[in-house]
Amino acid sequence: MQLKADELTCNRGGREVFRGLSFSLSGGEAVVVTGRNGAGKSSLLRMIAGLVRIAAGRLTLDSNNADTPIAEQAHYLGHQDAMKPSLSVRENLQFWTEFLGARRAVEPALESVDLARLADLPAAYLSAGQRRRLSIARLVAVPRPIWLLDEPTSSLDAPSQKRLAELMRGHLAGGGMIIAAAHGPIGLERARELKLGSA
Amino acid sequence: MSALIALLIRDMRLAVRVGGGALMGALFFLIVVTMMPFAIGPDLALLARIGPAILWLGALLASLLALDRLFATDHEDGSLDLLMMGPLPLELSVATKAIAHWLTTSLPLVVIAPLLGLMLNVEFHAMGWLALTLLAGTPALTFIGLVGAALAVALRRGGLLLAVLVLPLTVPVLIFGVAAANAAIVGPTPFGPPFTILCALSLASLVLGPIAAAAALRHGLE
Repeated sequence: MQLKADELTCNRGGREVFRGLSFSLSGGEAVVVTGRNGAGKSSLLRMIAGLVRIAAGRLTLDSNNADTPIAEQAHYLGHQDAMKPSLSVRENLQFWTEFLGARRAVEPALESVDLARLADLPAAYLSAGQRRRLSIARLVAVPRPIWLLDEPTSSLDAPSQKRLAELMRGHLAGGGMIIAAAHGPIGLERARELKLGSA
Repeated sequence: MSALIALLIRDMRLAVRVGGGALMGALFFLIVVTMMPFAIGPDLALLARIGPAILWLGALLASLLALDRLFATDHEDGSLDLLMMGPLPLELSVATKAIAHWLTTSLPLVVIAPLLGLMLNVEFHAMGWLALTLLAGTPALTFIGLVGAALAVALRRGGLLLAVLVLPLTVPVLIFGVAAANAAIVGPTPFGPPFTILCALSLASLVLGPIAAAAALRHGLE
């Protein structure tokens, strides 16, 4: 499978963020999007996720199920964790797993981010890093080929960053794609870099 | 289908847990209706005559009370992004959220309305009819309010905008709801015509509300 962006242009609030952006990405590859603040890293990820309108250009995905929109084949890990404080860790993950259409137990996913011990705790009591790990568990619980990660390592401690890097390597080894926006290294050695903004 | 059920259960759970809006609507309804006799005075005949109108107005305000949070919380914590990326059409997700809101906020109003009617000297045999009109009419309020809630998120303005936008649109529901209740209680006009119009308003908003709300949310993305 291949994700192809052709001359993408992004406008936010009447201001042009970037224009003429082209790249392509095959299964098993990772791209790290870099650039200064406001260069449009998050906008690019949200655009691929279908959350920001494509002002001009084309975004196509060649895959077996070409009828499914890209947004439904992608995971978006944004700055917000989409977890409800009054639901428990397990309930939160269970909901997203069922809503996003996967029928499987959430325990292995919780195990993979080391939150199994806290499964019955309301999410309100989690620290920022733990909430982040809970969002990452969603990516593990529901298989989707494209991972869009916005600053995935933010608020994660060193062991958790290592664990995330392992999960990402596993995802790539399974033929998935990763597009990450980051300022620093995210623990993937073979990731290409896509630099936004000429400034 | 399982995605719909998961969303329904999650929203109902959130409404009844700490910080949810389920109980607030019922309490607000109770307070509004309790205040009325103090303002109007102990004229029992007058209270009995305007009782249905007071109950309807109370239910209207109470059911809109928690509605502005319907999408705002999901927007703030990023859940709305994921709801849009789910396998369900946004219209269906939005409608499911509205149904969960109706079940947790408006249905309790329908259930306690007959009890509050006692305070307004509404006759005992009339309580059932009144509850029936509320049961038929409150879905219209929720689904009209749904559009306002979506717009409030899209335009990044909170609660007051919702009230200003939505209340004028609920006027027909109020008119036919109170007309049906009065027809059933005091007559002499027939109960059928206003009640069927009330049902029609609910059914129409059930269809149009989610479409308009989803369009508003999509437009407000950016």
